[in-house]
Parts: sequence; structure tokens; C-alpha cells
Amino acid sequence: MSVDQTTVKRVAKLARIAVSDEDAVRMESELNAILGFVEQLSEVDVSGVEPMTSVMPMEMKKRHDVVNDGGKADDIVANAPETTDNYFLVPKVVE
Amino acid sequence: MTIVDTRTPEAKRFIPGATGDWEVIIGLEVHAQVTSNSKLFSGASTSFGSAPNSNVSLVDAAMPGMLPVINEECVKQAVRTGLGLKAQINNRSVFDRKNYFYPDLPQGYQISQFKDPIVGEGKIMISVGPDRQGNFEDIEIGIERLHLEQDAGKSMHDQHPTMSYVDLNRSGVALMEIVSKPDIRSSDEAKAYITKLRSILRYLGTCDGNMDEGSMRADVNVSVRKPGGEFGTRCEIKNVNSIRFMGQAIEYEARRQIAILEDGGEIDQETRLFDPNKGETRSMRSKEDAHDYRYFPDPDLLPLEFDDAFVAELAKNLPELPDEKRERFVRDMGLTVYDASILVSEAAIADYFEKVAAGRDGKAAANWVINDLLGALNKSGKGIEDTPVSPDQLGGILDLIKEGVISGKIAKDLFEIVWNEGGDPAKIVEDRGMKQVTDTGAIEKAVDEVIAANPDQVEKARAKPNLAGWFVGQVMKATGGKANPQAVQALVKQKLGIEE
Repeated sequence: MSVDQTTVKRVAKLARIAVSDEDAVRMESELNAILGFVEQLSEVDVSGVEPMTSVMPMEMKKRHDVVNDGGKADDIVANAPETTDNYFLVPKVVE
Repeated sequence: MTIVDTRTPEAKRFIPGATGDWEVIIGLEVHAQVTSNSKLFSGASTSFGSAPNSNVSLVDAAMPGMLPVINEECVKQAVRTGLGLKAQINNRSVFDRKNYFYPDLPQGYQISQFKDPIVGEGKIMISVGPDRQGNFEDIEIGIERLHLEQDAGKSMHDQHPTMSYVDLNRSGVALMEIVSKPDIRSSDEAKAYITKLRSILRYLGTCDGNMDEGSMRADVNVSVRKPGGEFGTRCEIKNVNSIRFMGQAIEYEARRQIAILEDGGEIDQETRLFDPNKGETRSMRSKEDAHDYRYFPDPDLLPLEFDDAFVAELAKNLPELPDEKRERFVRDMGLTVYDASILVSEAAIADYFEKVAAGRDGKAAANWVINDLLGALNKSGKGIEDTPVSPDQLGGILDLIKEGVISGKIAKDLFEIVWNEGGDPAKIVEDRGMKQVTDTGAIEKAVDEVIAANPDQVEKARAKPNLAGWFVGQVMKATGGKANPQAVQALVKQKLGIEE
């Protein structure tokens, strides 16, 4: 598997990262080097093996349905560049 | 995915175009907010209408280092819903990250289920009609899957000229996304489907189904084709938040697609938005790239696993659902399917009816609940939970009719008094002298008076016996509607010398 310029730019766009044309050229070869390295994994025969989502053979912990958090709007918006009445303010996004 | 067409094209559902008939194919993705106290992965409250960002934990705000922990009640609610939809319950499911950027999604991804949902295939029976002959058609609509996911926050765009306001109170609240198969063939069927789904969710208590508050919203997939032909390219109409709008959006979208195809054009697969003010759908160009979600298993969460005993326990405590209830009302109480369908549409109405019907005639109880109670509630814009007439009061009125204390006509007046003023029906009848006159002497006197006062009518009635009804009416009027109509009728005929 390898990527071309178009793919590099598309991935960058999806990740909301600004990438210049020069950077994209450099990244193409870097990404392809990484992909080539990872490619070695395909040498292992994994037919019939379920993809693993965790290395821990344990059950997922569950919470009881109780409200024990919240009520700290001031903390939540504390780091926001701009707020009003504890709302986050962001550049207008409208459909 | 191969789509199996489960339906036979039928002309009555076709939409006529310039080049012949078209068939519309509809699939619905319904987002139903899970009824729970706290959020899917955090302990913040789910309550509606709280102060901005007050129901937000650091997990919901996606602060670095915060980890999600699943709410077991949300899992139970999803399983209950799956059972209610007669669906496959998957004892092992996996949470994935659905990646996209939007200001009301602080994580930059939504935790959802992609490949392995908690609930698989199921079905819903819908009833469409009545048609011109008064018949209902039962149609089975397949459920593709149900999965758990997080809701996003809420943006407001009308508060500031250049900024949007973001409130994360809803962020992280549990949703069930319920995906239908593309089995729906008209806007009426789509409306019947969402109405039925909402009814089932409310019976189960797994979602309040309140579309006004956004606890239930639908994305509608619409495509058109020549009847029985290949499936066409579909468009997805996002976030339709009322049943009426859904009907309008489908009608508009189907006609838009037909117009394009008949002009020799092609349908672009795209996301569209329904504008209720204009009654039309329009393209959301900003979503062009949005379908590349780059799903992958969420490394913060282990697979969700439970055993059969967990499911069995939930199944054991499942309430009776509308279809079963309807069947029981028809079978045990002799109701028509139509009446039973109305009564089971809401659990609260069915409960009310059952209280009235307990120990009484089911059909009479059904008539009063449907025609009088629901009619009056509808007229005054009230829901069953706000009814001023309790089941005991309505039952009391029915008892008075049954015992012959009041006539059916007086009972309507009595109902109105109880509706407006409250009180014990039996006592009202007593206090206001509304009792039916069954004393033959008194009725006889009234009949004699009417006959004596109208010799012309007497002549006519002897020639034309069906004019006797006029005398019955006069006597009823003279007695303030309190005379027993059967007794009056018998006496009038006897006095006029009309044979039965």
C-alpha cells in the first residue's frame, strides 16, 4: 500500500491540517516509508483470527446510571478563547 | 451490502410522472435518545433545558486524559429496544470512532458502533390506512440494525452576527440509531413506521419519543425507480424532526428526483436538508467530504459483552407491546381492530381504557374512551395525561347508563359536566335531577299531553307509522331528555295504535 499526492492532501484536509505543496511532497515519501514498514505485518497469516481491540483479556467495566458529574460550566469553558453566558463562542458555522 | 427487495411493486403506491409511473424507495435512520439519568460514557445529567454547559463533565468536553466508562442502563435500554423490535441481540459488540470535525463535537469523533452493533436484524409491523373501503393494510418493515452512540452538542447560529454559540449539555447523551431496511414505499408508510416505532419505544420506556425536544429525529433516505426496476441513487435528508415534515420532505424529494431523471439528468448521491418554511429540500454542500469517517475501534473501550442470562432477565420484564395488546383487546374484549389500534397507540391511553373497561362492557368502554374522551382531549389540545375526567369517573358514567339510571343522551351531558366541573357522576345525577324517568305513569302523562296537543300529527302518524318518531322526540323534549327512550317509544306506539 502506498499514497500519492492527492491522498496526502485529502488525509490532511480530513484531519484539518494545513499542508503546503512542498510539505506534501516530503510527507508522501515519509508516509510511504512508514506504510512500507507496517506492510511487513501482512507476511503473517491471520486468516481466521478476529481483529483484536484490546490486549487485556478482561470485561469492560460498567457504570451505574447515576448523575455524579457536571454542574461546573465555569470550569468547562475556562480555557475557551471566547465565551458568553457559559456558551462557547466559535466562528459562525451555518448550513 | 446487497439489498433484498422484500416488497412487490403495487400501482396504488406509484407516483405518476411524464414518462410513466415511478416508485419511491425509502429507508429511515432514526436517532432515539435513550432514557437514562446520566450520559452514555459520563456521569453528567441528561436533563433537557438546563443552563448552558452545566450538564457537562470533563469527559463530555473531551479534556485530555479523560476516559469514557459505559453506563450499564443505556446498554439495557438498547437490549430492551432490540427485544421489542423482535431483533437479534448481539452478545458482543464493539465501539468505534467516527471521525469528523464540527464545533459541537469536542472529541473530533463520535463514539459509535460500526461493524459490530449491539442489535442486528428485526422487524416492525405497520398498519397503513384506512383506504376508501375502510381497510387497513399490515406491512412488515425490516430493521437492519440498532447501535449505541453519543449525541453531539448544540449550536445556535442566531445569537451573534459572526459567531455561533455552542452548548455541550447534549454532548455524550446516549442515542440509539435504529436503521430500517429500504422497505418503505410511500410517505404514508414512512409516517406509519415512525409513529409505530415511537409507540414501541414509549411502551418500552427506552425513549420518550419527544420530537419537539429533539429526543427523536430521523434521517430519511429517498430514491426513485421505475416500478420493480433497479434501485436508484439515493439522497439522505438530514434531521427531520416532525412526522408531518417527514411526509412533506419525502413527497418533495421524490418529485425532485423524478423531474431530474425525466429530464435525462442523474441524481447525485448527497446529503440534503429539509426547509419546513419553504417545504423543500436543498443540498448541504459542506457535507461533501463528510462521508469519509475513517472508522476504527475505539482504543479507550473494550468490546461490550454480556451473556444470555442478562438478555433473558430483561426479556422477562418487558412490558406488553402495542401489537400484543391490540390482539388481546380484539380477542378478549371483542373490539374491532380499528378501535383497538387507536387505544393501543399510546400506553397511557391503553391503561386508561383498561381501567374503564375493568368489570364493564369492553365495547361500550372503547366507544366512550375513543369518541368522547379522546374527542374532547383532541378538541382542547390536551394529552391523555392531562385528562380532567378520570377512569373512575368515566366508569361511573358507564355504570349509570348500564343500570338505566340515565339515558345515553343525558350521559353525554353528564360527561361534559364532569369534564368541566369534576365531581362524582352518581352524585351529580342525584343533585341535578338528571335521572332517567322510568316511571311509566309520568311518561304516560307526557305522551298523552303531546298527543292531545297535536291531533293533526296523530292522523298523519296513523297513516304513516314511521312518523311516530316525531312524538318520541316531542316527549323526550317535554321531559328534558330524562325519559327512558325505549319506554317512550313503546307507549307512543301503543297510544297511537301502531303495531310493532
